[in-house]
Amino acid sequence: MSKFKKKSGGGTPGISTASLPDIVFMLLFFFMVVTVMRENTLMVENKLPTANQVEKLDKKTLVMYIYAGKPSPPYQAKFGTEARIQLNDKFADVKDIQAFIQNERDSRREEEVPFLTTALKVDSETNMGLISDIKQELREVNALKINYTTREGDIQLNFQ
Amino acid sequence: MAKRSAPEVNAGSMADIAFLLLIFFLVTTTIETDSGISRKLPPIDETEQDIVMKQKNILTVLINKDDQLLVKDDLMELKDLRQAAIDFLDNGGGVGEEACDYCRGAGDPTSSDNPEKAVISLQNDRSTSYKMYIAVQNELVAAYNELREREAQRLFGKSYYTMEKNFADANWRGNKEKLKEELDIIKNMFPQKLSEAEPKKRGSL
Repeated sequence: MSKFKKKSGGGTPGISTASLPDIVFMLLFFFMVVTVMRENTLMVENKLPTANQVEKLDKKTLVMYIYAGKPSPPYQAKFGTEARIQLNDKFADVKDIQAFIQNERDSRREEEVPFLTTALKVDSETNMGLISDIKQELREVNALKINYTTREGDIQLNFQ
Repeated sequence: MAKRSAPEVNAGSMADIAFLLLIFFLVTTTIETDSGISRKLPPIDETEQDIVMKQKNILTVLINKDDQLLVKDDLMELKDLRQAAIDFLDNGGGVGEEACDYCRGAGDPTSSDNPEKAVISLQNDRSTSYKMYIAVQNELVAAYNELREREAQRLFGKSYYTMEKNFADANWRGNKEKLKEELDIIKNMFPQKLSEAEPKKRGSL
């Protein structure tokens, strides 16, 4: 007759997994939103140096990327181990930079051109000779705003 | 005909599908680094004229092919460079019209007159490594930033770094024009005068 029946049978009740898909979807959407698909596949090694006095590049559409470094292992047989420049998806020569910049400028609206920045993503093991050549070419086409892309961190990390 | 109820779709495998997608995106995500040291290259000037500058207003920083640092022809460790640059910029050795009333340096007459005149000339070899170059650039920018921070604290009681951050932040609620004016004042006190020569081939140095 008692209304409060003692629950019969022990054992821990199973944890409901009904909300698991929701949680997973939440994570999924997060990663889908933050993922930026790489515009071009890297063909050079690109371990960026560290620096701590960095500024952020905010307008991503106004950035032109120049990669440089040693060709990554699959390409070493063909291109050697000497540091090279990569523009878009191809290895390039120093003299191709001017055409590349011109191309990038043409693909942008005219009023955006003065604000274009060139981001140099250069492997930390590269020699300055190549970078000086790049800079010289950039000066020739009057693309004077540059940014040495770095990771954030203490500079001592560079020498480990 | 009797109305048949639609069979329920089994959603048990939804979690698995979602997991699969999740793992795909986890693997492909690369958090892009888009921060770095911004620099302005000097324009190519055909009618180049030599500007006469006093030798004492120039701090020559040379990185040789073995990544050694030579400041004014003396060997120096990287960790001492920041202080050396600060001492040089903040020296305030000028007299009369060239005096600098906010400098707190030693006032050495053989070093720079005032921060506006002081130029740091960075030279490197073609075989200098990029990481060393970036490290040196970083230290020199840090020297300027430290001096600007000091002046920002003194004049406005605010941190230069926060001011810069607020200025770049589109969501910041505050008087941007006033902030820009203040930033300009500080930047003009210690203008970044970093000259980069085209690298020379230096064998023995």
